[in-house]
Amino acid sequence: MTPSLNRALLTAGLVLAPLAAAWADGGRTMPLVVPPAYAQECGACHAAYAPGLLPARSWQRILGGLDRHYGTDASLDPATVRQLGVWLEAHAGTYKRVRGEPPEDRITRSAWFERKHRKVEPAVWQLPSVKSAANCAACHAGADHGRFDDDDLRQPAGLTPRQRRAWLD
Amino acid sequence: MTVRPATTTLLAAALAWGPSPPAHAADTTITQQLNHWSAQAGAPGDAARGRTFFDARHGGEWSCASCHGMPPTGSGRHASTGKTIAPLAPAANPKAITDTARVDKWFRRNCRDVLSRECTPAEKADVLAFLAALR
Repeated sequence: MTPSLNRALLTAGLVLAPLAAAWADGGRTMPLVVPPAYAQECGACHAAYAPGLLPARSWQRILGGLDRHYGTDASLDPATVRQLGVWLEAHAGTYKRVRGEPPEDRITRSAWFERKHRKVEPAVWQLPSVKSAANCAACHAGADHGRFDDDDLRQPAGLTPRQRRAWLD
Repeated sequence: MTVRPATTTLLAAALAWGPSPPAHAADTTITQQLNHWSAQAGAPGDAARGRTFFDARHGGEWSCASCHGMPPTGSGRHASTGKTIAPLAPAANPKAITDTARVDKWFRRNCRDVLSRECTPAEKADVLAFLAALR
C-alpha cells in the first residue's frame, strides 16, 4: 500500500470513528447502559462482548444453551437469562457485516472477523499472552468498551522482532 | 439541555431492569461457608484433602487450579479464554467467598466443568478449608 493511500485511509478512519461511536444500537460499540448482570455474569470468564458483535438469533441460541457454553457450564437462573435476553435482543448487531449468523454462533468465526484478522499469524494467536481469539483485550485495549479501532491496538507480549515489524505495516 | 434527557434515559433504563441484586451481597464469609458445608457433610473440612482435590484433574481436562492457579493466592487465568481471574483465596482477595449465591453458582458450574458432576458437601468443605488456611 502506498504511503499516501495509507494516509488517506487513516484520515477517513479518524473522521468516521466518532460516527461509529455514536452508532450504539446495532453497532459494535458497547451500549451506554449495560445491565450489571451482563458485566458480572458474561464478563467473568471472557470479555463482556458488545452485543452488536452478533445478530439476535445467535444471542438467543447462546442464552438457550448456557449449561453447555463452548465447553463449560455457564448456566444462570431463568430470571437473569430473560433480563439479558431482552437487552441483547435490543442491542444485537443489525448492521450489514453482522447480519449473518456465524458458525457455532462464534464471533471469531464471523466472516468479518476472519477477514480483519487474516494477517495475524497462527503463532501469534498461540502466544501465552494471547492464548485464544476470544481474548480480544490481548491486542484491543478498548475491547471491554467495544472499541476495536485500529488506532487503539497494543502489541501482545512475546512477539518476535519480525512480528513486531509486521505489526506496524 | 443535553444532559437531562440523557440522564432520564439512563435512569429509565436502570429502573426497567427492576431490583437486581448488588454485585456483592457480602452476606457470608469463608468461615461461615466452611461451617455450613462441614455441617452438611457431617465432618469438618480438611485443608490437606482440599489441596489435593483442588489440584487434581479428576479424569477430565481441567483441575480447579487450571483457572485459579496453585496456590490460588495470586490471580488466575481462564484455561480457555485467557481472561484474568481475581485471586480465590480470601487472604488475597477480600471479595472472595462473600456472597452465598455466587459461591453456590460457581461451585455448581465449576464442579460440572472439572468433575462432570456437582461437588459433594464434603468436597466443598475440604476446598473451603484449604482456601481458609491460605495466607
